[in-house]
Amino acid sequence: METASVILALIFATLRLATPLIFATTGGLMSERSGIVNIALEGFMLFGAFAGAVVGQYFASAWMGWGAALLAGLLIGALYALFVIELKADQIVTGMAFNLLAMGVIPFLTKILYNSTGTTPALLVEDRFTFEPLLMGFLLVALVAFWLYKSRSGLWLLFAGEHPEALLASGVSVRKVRWSAVCASGVFAAWGGASLSLFLSSAYSPMMTSGRGYMALAALIFGKWRPFPALGACLLFAFADAVQIRLQGVRFGDTEIPVQFVQILPYLVTIIALAGFIGKSRAPKALGREGF
Amino acid sequence: MKRLIGFAIGLIAALLLTFFAGENPWNIFMILLRSAFGSMYDLGLTLSYTTPLIFCGLSVAICFHAGLFNIGAEGQLTMAAVTAAAVGILLPQVPFPIAPVLAFTAALLAGGLWGWVAGWLRAVRGSHEVIITIMLNFIAAGLASWFTLKVIPNPNSQSPETAMVSANYMFKDFDLIARLFPDTPANASLGFAIVFAVLMWIFLWKTTWGFDLRAVGANAEAAHRAGISEKKVRIWAMALGGGLAGCVALSEVLGSAGQYRIGFSPDYGFIGIAVALLANNNPLGIIAAAFLMGALHKGASDLDLETSTITRDFSRIIQAFIILGVAAQAYWEWLKKNRKRKS
Repeated sequence: METASVILALIFATLRLATPLIFATTGGLMSERSGIVNIALEGFMLFGAFAGAVVGQYFASAWMGWGAALLAGLLIGALYALFVIELKADQIVTGMAFNLLAMGVIPFLTKILYNSTGTTPALLVEDRFTFEPLLMGFLLVALVAFWLYKSRSGLWLLFAGEHPEALLASGVSVRKVRWSAVCASGVFAAWGGASLSLFLSSAYSPMMTSGRGYMALAALIFGKWRPFPALGACLLFAFADAVQIRLQGVRFGDTEIPVQFVQILPYLVTIIALAGFIGKSRAPKALGREGF
Repeated sequence: MKRLIGFAIGLIAALLLTFFAGENPWNIFMILLRSAFGSMYDLGLTLSYTTPLIFCGLSVAICFHAGLFNIGAEGQLTMAAVTAAAVGILLPQVPFPIAPVLAFTAALLAGGLWGWVAGWLRAVRGSHEVIITIMLNFIAAGLASWFTLKVIPNPNSQSPETAMVSANYMFKDFDLIARLFPDTPANASLGFAIVFAVLMWIFLWKTTWGFDLRAVGANAEAAHRAGISEKKVRIWAMALGGGLAGCVALSEVLGSAGQYRIGFSPDYGFIGIAVALLANNNPLGIIAAAFLMGALHKGASDLDLETSTITRDFSRIIQAFIILGVAAQAYWEWLKKNRKRKS
């Protein structure tokens, strides 16, 4: 009985913790399958978490926060597209700059809005999401997978990442496809952030993503840039995270496992997963290639 | 030149942002200047930020020359600093000239090992070094925090820091730079940083190892056909990068603080990326770029006091804008094309 309830609690925790990762990973998938490296997911998530928390709290509605995250994601995604597609800035360097930007701009805004650089005011419990983002996350993966492989525009996206020349030759603008993909990537990743501040907790707190944007990228690589395997990788990482939270303060006989060892578990799992998976993961052929 | 203009555009754009907070950008700029260079004390602090930034800039740059992107300098310097502190606390009896050398060697090895792991995973397992190094940063932070709080904590303080290293490990009495800037953490490691930058320049452009490294970075396929083992080069480049980042232990633990403090680094590893980018990965340029970034960082630290709405986090915005200003290379081509079209 005892173990059954523990297992059930672990499964629920895994699903909840997987939600932000699923959104961010799907965002990464959009961008990377179109040929644009996206290491800025962490920053996108932070912006989404912040916009969601601020607007959600202001209107006392999680859905308004969700909408605000959409707009914030669209905006930041478009800005990223401007730099990497139009200005041909190095994609990894720009991504890091965007993450830095999130860490600088958000305290700047909280200072103006709330005269503090810490957390935003909390939402009431009844204004928070209870399960909706979880459902939407799974739905999103299914929709994206279906769209990617079954629709004409989905194929355009795949071609932009594999054979941009062929796409160009058939009269489709690679630039436009990539712009839309990166904007969508911004929205999905921002929703990942918003599911942190509106679903897993009730406010924005500094650095609340704690590396999830990077883990999403790892999940993408681990899932070989395919929607459902990437979803599986998200669940694996979320499981490691759930176990980590569960193990804090657990004793084996006389010795307590140091909390720091427990906390690094998800990151360790990520490295082992990346280093040890069977068969090589093949990136989209034109990933990181510019000039279209 | 392009990079300097990119730097200026980034800085100006960031300063204009302060309009939205109801500040006068020119005013902010003057505060930045005054607080970075206003007195010998301010300059000393600026230099104390410059030193770790040189080390981290070199760390990022050497990996970049081998075609690798090292986002792991933060974790590498954490492992090195905590190792230096551990040696200084656990082996207090070692006499002076040997002691700092011993601690420094241990720090180099710790940082190097942390880089080596990423290099090995990249070269042998094909894992992407960017994600691996970021994960290693989190793991380093966790390990260092455990070691600091549970194994060698400071018994006299509530702050999250290690005990003080034994006095034989510090080179304070022989430190000319520290004497020049009293009461600041500036110390002789600045000299070491400059020497390391020169050595790296010689290594990259005057030795065959340096040539091999650059060859792999320029075109791994061609280098492989020319008989250079790109695996070996990649592993060693990351290990060297880790060692260079590990040198931060020299300026922080052995030069000034005498202990490892959790959170002592304001993301030196990440700012190092901006430094390397600004200097186009040229080791000598990195000295100047690190000085600029160090000045920015020190300058921003006084914004908390001198304005009501801008905080020290503003330095991150400036850094991000500068990176973007420098990285947006196509802007120049576009300008050039436009000019041609007009004439």
